[in-house]
Amino acid sequence: MKEYAYYPGCSLKAGSKHYEESLLPVFKELGSPLMEMDDWNCCGATAYFSVDDTMAAAICGRNLSIAEKSQRDILAPCLGCYLTMKKSNHFLKSGEEKAAKILGSLKDAGCEYKGTIEVKHPLEFLTNEYGLDKVKEKVRRPLSNLKVACYYGCQLVRPYTDFDNPDNPVTLDNLMKTIGAEPVPYSAKTRCCGGSLAGTLEDVGVGLNYILIKEAKKKGADVIVTICPLCQFNLEMIQDKVVQKHKDVDKMPILYFSQLMGLALGISKDDLGFSRSFHSLNKMWGKLEMGGTT
Amino acid sequence: MEIQEKLTFERDLDHSFLDEVKESSFSEEISRCIQCGTCSSSCPMVEYMDYSPRKIIAMIKHGFKDEVLKSFTPWLCASCYNCQVRCPSNIKITDIMYTLKRKAIEAKAYPSRLPIPALSKEMHKYIAKHGRNSEIWVVMGMYLRLKDFIGPLKMTSTGLNLMKTGRLSLKKEKIKNTKQLHALLKAVSEDAK
Repeated sequence: MKEYAYYPGCSLKAGSKHYEESLLPVFKELGSPLMEMDDWNCCGATAYFSVDDTMAAAICGRNLSIAEKSQRDILAPCLGCYLTMKKSNHFLKSGEEKAAKILGSLKDAGCEYKGTIEVKHPLEFLTNEYGLDKVKEKVRRPLSNLKVACYYGCQLVRPYTDFDNPDNPVTLDNLMKTIGAEPVPYSAKTRCCGGSLAGTLEDVGVGLNYILIKEAKKKGADVIVTICPLCQFNLEMIQDKVVQKHKDVDKMPILYFSQLMGLALGISKDDLGFSRSFHSLNKMWGKLEMGGTT
Repeated sequence: MEIQEKLTFERDLDHSFLDEVKESSFSEEISRCIQCGTCSSSCPMVEYMDYSPRKIIAMIKHGFKDEVLKSFTPWLCASCYNCQVRCPSNIKITDIMYTLKRKAIEAKAYPSRLPIPALSKEMHKYIAKHGRNSEIWVVMGMYLRLKDFIGPLKMTSTGLNLMKTGRLSLKKEKIKNTKQLHALLKAVSEDAK
């Protein structure tokens, strides 16, 4: 099995610790442990492209160069990091004059990038390389009874990538089926959560996240499962205000796919970061017949 | 009676604006816009915008530089790329929105009471210095820039929830080789001149 340079990004080290806390044991259990990239820097997210696109591509180039030195492709669980680095990678390889200049500066600064690296998301790796059949073999505790709304958010399937359908992606649904959960038909699966705008403009955040929660409830989902720290954070943080404003929705657990995978692979629920949820998970534990008050 | 101009007339427009935007967005396709409106109908933020994405594209094509750079629209783009993947003319609409943000900052034309430009600038500054982003410090820096002292109070409940669940980090994150990062950023900014 090919080895990857694991790129946690800033979120997985701070507000979204439980994504890392569940992802690492899951990959270990799958026999494909993740090695964190050495001295990675922030991808720059949407902010850098808004201020200076040359610098934005350059700082991503530094990460690509570090990965290239270790001859490993990058695995980026955060969709912000994933898309930003994919986009910069695409640009640096484009042959544009501006790109060539940035490559020159990278070389001068001691981080030459030859353009041999690909950026992937864990879901892409599990689907296309590891294989869901192999995941299925490792499932010790299928999550039967659990209805999940698979929320992809926007960045996974948008330009610069072609591993799933941009309008109706299915890879997360397939993964959830593999671990025994039941994905509900969730038509809001690629609607935007507002990204960084949800935090800065409250009305916008409440408006967009209401749509996501209402749709999940209507389809009978017990939890919303996410693959991106910002989606998870927005849905969880804004939920209280959504519920205050709109009486037709209730609070709902917002989890990472890796947390549910960990449960199915038989990892103890105490080791998957569930205690970091803002809201009670008791209903879910009841459905899964796993007592406890996390 | 003095006659006043009531319309933006052709002489007030900047016809080189289209080329400027094309060049910085690597998007020649913008000329092929057929004004179908797929972008506007795909946009989750359109209801909050002063001009819809379709209108913005038309305004760029016809040189409404001032109006476009002062508009809220680029700053309300959540960067979901839905318009870009759906555009039948393959126009890189999201990338164009990024170009407009940069041009608005350059021209100091952006709406100053919006928190988003302040957040972008603060984050840019922080990463250029430390190589990593520390959410809490960047957000505080944004409020300082905006001289908004009520904003942080509104975030108390989120802050408390994060603290309770051990997700609030006050640590200022930093990469080891900041020297290399600074050299790189200096080199690219000199090249760009």
